[in-house]
Amino acid sequence: MEKELGNVVAERILPPTEQEISNEIDVKVKKYMRGEGANLEVLKDKKLKGQLSVIEDLYGKSAKAAAKVEKWLMPSEGGYLETEGLEKTWRIKQETISHEVDILSRRNQHDIILPALGPYSIDYTSNGRYMAIAGRKGHLALVDMKDLNLIKEFQVKETVRDVVFLHNELFFAAAQKKYPYIYNREGTELHCLKEHGSVLRLQFLKNHFLLVSINKFGQLHYQDVTTGSMVGSFRTGLGRTDVMQVNPFNGVIATGHSGGSVAMWKPTSSAPLVKMLCHPGPVSALAFHPNGHLMATSGAERKIKLWDLRKFEVLQTLPGHAKTLDFSQKGLLAYGTGSFVQVLGDLSGAQSYTRYMAHSMAKGYQIGKVLFRPYEDVLGIGHSMGWSSILIPGSGEPNFDTWVANPFETSKQRREKEVRSLLDKLPPETISLNPSKIGTLVAVKKKEKKTKKERDAEEEAAVDAAKGITMKKKTKGRNKPTKREKKKHEIIEKAKRPFLHEQIKEEELSRKRSRLSEEVELPKSLQRFAHKKTVT
Amino acid sequence: MKVKVISRSTDEFTRERSHDLQRVFRNFDPSLRPQEKAVEYVRAVNAAKLDKMFAKPFIGAMDGHMDAVSCMAKNPNHLKGIFSGSMDGDIRLWDIANRRTVCQFPGHQGAVRGLTASTDGRILISCGTDCTVRLWNVPFPTLNSYETSNNASEPLAVYVWKNAFWAVDHQWDGNLFATAGAQLDIWDHNRSQPVSSYEWGTDSVISVRFNPGEPNVLATSASDRSIALYDLRMSSPARKVIMRTKTNSICWNPREPMNFTAANEDCNCYSYDSRKLDEAKCVHRDHVSAVMDIDFSPSGREFVTGSYDRTIRIFPYNGGHSREIYHTKRMQRVFCVRFSSDASYVISGSDDTNLRLWKAKASEQLGVLLPREKRKHEYQEAVKNRYKHLPEVKRIVRHRHLPKPIFKAAALRRTIMDAERRKEERRKAHSTPGSISTVPLRRRRIIKEVE
Repeated sequence: MEKELGNVVAERILPPTEQEISNEIDVKVKKYMRGEGANLEVLKDKKLKGQLSVIEDLYGKSAKAAAKVEKWLMPSEGGYLETEGLEKTWRIKQETISHEVDILSRRNQHDIILPALGPYSIDYTSNGRYMAIAGRKGHLALVDMKDLNLIKEFQVKETVRDVVFLHNELFFAAAQKKYPYIYNREGTELHCLKEHGSVLRLQFLKNHFLLVSINKFGQLHYQDVTTGSMVGSFRTGLGRTDVMQVNPFNGVIATGHSGGSVAMWKPTSSAPLVKMLCHPGPVSALAFHPNGHLMATSGAERKIKLWDLRKFEVLQTLPGHAKTLDFSQKGLLAYGTGSFVQVLGDLSGAQSYTRYMAHSMAKGYQIGKVLFRPYEDVLGIGHSMGWSSILIPGSGEPNFDTWVANPFETSKQRREKEVRSLLDKLPPETISLNPSKIGTLVAVKKKEKKTKKERDAEEEAAVDAAKGITMKKKTKGRNKPTKREKKKHEIIEKAKRPFLHEQIKEEELSRKRSRLSEEVELPKSLQRFAHKKTVT
Repeated sequence: MKVKVISRSTDEFTRERSHDLQRVFRNFDPSLRPQEKAVEYVRAVNAAKLDKMFAKPFIGAMDGHMDAVSCMAKNPNHLKGIFSGSMDGDIRLWDIANRRTVCQFPGHQGAVRGLTASTDGRILISCGTDCTVRLWNVPFPTLNSYETSNNASEPLAVYVWKNAFWAVDHQWDGNLFATAGAQLDIWDHNRSQPVSSYEWGTDSVISVRFNPGEPNVLATSASDRSIALYDLRMSSPARKVIMRTKTNSICWNPREPMNFTAANEDCNCYSYDSRKLDEAKCVHRDHVSAVMDIDFSPSGREFVTGSYDRTIRIFPYNGGHSREIYHTKRMQRVFCVRFSSDASYVISGSDDTNLRLWKAKASEQLGVLLPREKRKHEYQEAVKNRYKHLPEVKRIVRHRHLPKPIFKAAALRRTIMDAERRKEERRKAHSTPGSISTVPLRRRRIIKEVE
């Protein structure tokens, strides 16, 4: 009774705001707990239980501290777009937004028209500060997006199909007509990667320092850019494709093929980890959600599908054709087709994507690539007439971590980060579908008992193998048919022996067991006659 | 319509002046750090490797003695000072920081077998095979070095007694000290004859240690393979336990003063609870020859042993195997070891007339650490600890290079023990169930307990 009263009092004392705050923090703590804690109840070892409970306690505390930091100490809030009444978010034009936002953000809305050098591909550094652009006709450029300053621009006079930054803005790789090349920030060609062949699409794995390419012949190459060694090169065997995307969550590479299948690859095996049939026709684009559990694919049959990668099931099928797809840090999905960009959002929070924003370019522009700029509410678009950038409120992560990706990085910090990331470079073996498995022990499996059928089959196989042995021709006298026959018989017997032994052992065991059970099963009146154990 | 987009002004996120520190912003969101567990694992492996690379435990040797070092004593009042006595009767006080002799105490005719300092650090007591106990004044240490009242110091007192001595130990709190020889004698600083004597059996007592918690309790080991506990307030010994082999040395755990660990002739160390002598609390196995001396770290979490197999090992107080092994090509049979009073160094004295100074943690960085360095070390220690069960990390952390004879001897010992165990198992399997009971190792080497 008293206890109940106490509870009531406690509830009254807490003002509602505080209650709300603690609830809010509880929700956030869940994110930082990184999954459920271990179930300590089943443990019998008291010492281990104690140690583990201390560790679990520490996890809880650190999660709570992190949640509090998120609640109180974050410098900026995320962007948003809210409408009143009959307004719809997808009807709001970029011009309307530009009237409402500050001058700094307004600079992020621009179109750069470069009609001569044809469809452009773009890439951002992981901190969102720099952009590399590659025009199909050989135009390569580096732009500092903070002050829209052109750092370097040069012409390679060759077809350029794709461009990708390596670990920082100092190096980038471009897929050119015959080979991919690595350039530095000054535009100096550092390497020509001849082994890759004529590459259609490039990707870079930041944690592993692997440059991944897929070439005209459907060959996948993984090259370690720190040592230059080729970590893996496989034929996909699924035909030519330029649809390739890395899953940032686990480093698995996914390729979309003309048969409608999506294959997922890791550098240590030549067979795909997963091959899933996603569309009846060719796959035209694919993208991964940053949390790694959601994949979007689009097919030529004018459908966009969202896949749950934990179950490999379709979550949602949306109508529409996409030439290119991209997920933002906050989970918005942009797709471009023709001269039209649509942004979908999971607005209800129930994994159902609905349209959020839309943007039309001038008629006739063919969008080649859409890419969200990290840590900004900006969507970059590479198209046939140059490149543009538009504002998508709520797409980027508002708070950056200086030690992960810093948009205001100084050169000293960049140098330091380069060294640190090289020290933490992951070996290629760490790429797997479930990265949380790394750092855990494999549970020892119990040896499974073979069934009688299996054992018989094995015995037969062994006997057959023994029969198949061709015998050497011996010297005269030893090569008599009787001797040969005898020898053959011996070999067969020898092959059978281990199986016989096994059988005998098992029978013995079962006999022992039955004897034991007999003892137990004796009726009470007879138990006194049973063979007694000697007591010491 | 309400709209807001992320917009960061450079002023807000960068430092104001060039001599300010760079501004740091944190976001602990797990989704910003893909594959964080794999990264952490790689860090753990690297930390283990770095640990191995920096494992340079040997600091230096201190030479000066003309014969094997037989005993050592810490100066309880001065961190840098350590006393050592040798087989030719030479006693030296060393300055560990400079690794040189500060002064000598000449006088003993035969080997010095026992050394101890009083708790206030003023008086050094030595005893030896020449049947004398000598008390010495310890030179007073000034701030940076010892006073240069160098070399010959005269003994305060020389007490001659009937038998040769094997060991001496001073009470932690009080004026008494105990010597071990033909019997156990309790002495006072100012008396030329023992205050009292204890005898239990006819064999000589070879080591003695006072309890750090209870000043009147002491433990001895004798050559009749017994470990005996005495209480000075009683007229007769309290209890003893007889083992299968002789115990060479005993050390009490300073943080759990009811427990002591005995260094045994059979290559093992046995941790006992003094209230329960019928079973060892823990058996520490790893040495391949007789353990000659043992000393606890002041933290009570680990102890160091020196062995006749020419190695020094550091054991956790509750672990069955050593965490560290130290050896050099030139180090011969180790007769005495001591942990320094700050738990960061180990000093060993061996047959090759040298004292050797080792780090207690092989890869520890010496000197003053910057806070950042300290945090880095702590982080590396933590990740290593987190992934210590994984095969790769475990292999690197556990691996030690052993001298060939020790490696072979250990392998041989393992074979012998496996064979014994197998034989035992088979005997058990082929005899009437229940007729043979396995005695755990903790009890196997104990013959009986006597009250």
